[in-house]
Amino acid sequence: MLLAIIIITAIIIIALLISKLIVTKKEQAFENARRCPENKYYVENADEIIRREKTLKTIRYIVCYTFLVLLAIFMLVPFYWMIVTALKTEAEIELVKPTLFPKVITWSNFRYILDAKYQMSLTTSGKLQFDLFRLMYNTLVVGVFSTIGTLVTTVMAAFAFSRIKFPGREIIFTIFLATMMIPGEMMIIPNYIVVVKYLHGENTYWAMIVPFLISVYYIYLLRQNFRQIPDELYYAAKVDGTSNLKYLFKIMIPIAMPTLITISILKLMGSWNAYVWPMMITSRDDMRLISNGLRQSFTDSEGRSHQGRQMAAAAAVLAPLLIVFVCLRKYIMRGVSRSGIKG
Amino acid sequence: MVEGKKSINFLKAMLYLLPALVLMAIFTFYPLIDTFIISFKEQYDNVTGAYSSIGFENYQRIFSAGNQFVLCLCNTMVIVFASVPVSILLSLLIAVALNSIKPLQRFFQTVFFLPYVTNTIAIGMVFSIVFESHQGLANTIITSLGGSNVNWLGGNIQGVTLGNNLFNPDNALFTPQWFTSMIVLMVYIIWNSLPFKILILLSALQSIDKQYYQAAQIDGTSKFRIFSRITVPLLSPQIFYLLITSFIGAFKEYTSVVAIFGEGAQSVGHRHNMATVVWYIYDKIGSSDATEMGLAAAGAVVLFAIIMFFTAINGYVGKKRVHY
Repeated sequence: MLLAIIIITAIIIIALLISKLIVTKKEQAFENARRCPENKYYVENADEIIRREKTLKTIRYIVCYTFLVLLAIFMLVPFYWMIVTALKTEAEIELVKPTLFPKVITWSNFRYILDAKYQMSLTTSGKLQFDLFRLMYNTLVVGVFSTIGTLVTTVMAAFAFSRIKFPGREIIFTIFLATMMIPGEMMIIPNYIVVVKYLHGENTYWAMIVPFLISVYYIYLLRQNFRQIPDELYYAAKVDGTSNLKYLFKIMIPIAMPTLITISILKLMGSWNAYVWPMMITSRDDMRLISNGLRQSFTDSEGRSHQGRQMAAAAAVLAPLLIVFVCLRKYIMRGVSRSGIKG
Repeated sequence: MVEGKKSINFLKAMLYLLPALVLMAIFTFYPLIDTFIISFKEQYDNVTGAYSSIGFENYQRIFSAGNQFVLCLCNTMVIVFASVPVSILLSLLIAVALNSIKPLQRFFQTVFFLPYVTNTIAIGMVFSIVFESHQGLANTIITSLGGSNVNWLGGNIQGVTLGNNLFNPDNALFTPQWFTSMIVLMVYIIWNSLPFKILILLSALQSIDKQYYQAAQIDGTSKFRIFSRITVPLLSPQIFYLLITSFIGAFKEYTSVVAIFGEGAQSVGHRHNMATVVWYIYDKIGSSDATEMGLAAAGAVVLFAIIMFFTAINGYVGKKRVHY
């Protein structure tokens, strides 16, 4: 049903665009005719050419928009199905012929996820199946501290690489960059042994934060940004007797603020998506991060049943990400697109 | 630039680089070397640290017939060579289409970027419900078009398996069930990887000098020729970059498998038929048998070697084909 609505709207939009196109082309043709009325042959010919061009262009537009609309639907369908399933009743989900839109909208699935007391009353095991707020709290603690730490290490390293001339700078930076190509799986085994066996980091927050306090990619990104700041600014500051550290905090960081915001957002989103490492070093349910909690809450005992609850939980996990995206779209998209343009 | 004596500058720089260097030493450089060492330790016990001898036993074990690793490698190769070309081609088409329209461009751009800001596990669970064998959306569409229900993810129905296959000791690869499950995985991986590629290609397209196109227009060049002779060559650095990063990414595919098929990575019985190389590594790290850590290390080294090999090939081809 909704698909039909989307398609119809798309067709209407396309039709409007085409009509607008035709009108402008016609005006152009009249304009041409008005400009050189004595040359009748030219005008007719121009009309002919314009008509042919117009049909070609219209066809091209139709193909283009249809292609984009179809793929946009493909992109949006999972989101749609998630929300619709979460709003259906258990009985409606179990129908052999599923409905594309819930007949009866129920909020009980969302209540189950968001209201711990309600969830408790429905579970028999005596503990929460999916403790959303605990998971969110864990994720935020890990995310915020690792973001702050990453910002500190990144700013310092980027400053050294872009502003201080020291022997071996290029070599060290190249080695840093080379590590980006190495898959993380090469590091994870010794890291696991070191953190769990020697440092007893199992089920602790710091074990989820410290190994990820450094990111070569962000250092690279920020270094590019710092290098764009003209040297003259630095000399001027030096003449005024500014120290290196003061220059860094008063001039370079404010100039590079957009990049720092981008880094923070990407890093926070990263901990929201962190899966493997937290899974390995946590064994207690109350220390899990949100992705692990989501995966592990809805597998073993209940299998594919309670789809509505699963989808409500997935929606609850996605909601903060989407809110951040809506508010800070500019920073996210710029940060991501920057990575493709090599400086 | 900070001028001054070299030695003083060096000390200053080291001070600024200290946190980065310490963290890199502990969590990147030391582990990198240690993984190589562990992979050669035979019967390595990660609890006691004891091992029997140094040799290639771990490598022999992972490549021996009947070991899960061969299956994982096959799956990973299929994922890499099917998903990377399709997603790059598709994103190129979308980017060009997006670039050629004016109205609604920003709207479409946002829609196509949306999958980037999602949680892999959450959307994977959504996909497993979309492709559910009884009431999923995919089967609803297929049946309404006159087809019959497809058992995408194994679900409750007993897996349909075709006789014997020479490739797979445990009869889990290249069966009909494997194919349908792989299609779902592919759709998800492509869905997930499109936004990044579209964004990169679109921003590159928008920075192309319009004069090239105007010149081509004056010469009456056909649209296809413009695409293949102007657009693609001018985008080649970005395409090349995407090729390298998505090759590496596809070799490391793990979370999307776990998201759809659960931590067992299986769509039939207990065969782990959707497992990838990275899944194998994590499975062996978490294994109750402490001596299997060596297998995980050997698997990681093999993965590393494969990635290096493909990156080198890409670099070689890139040097010839990419126009900077």
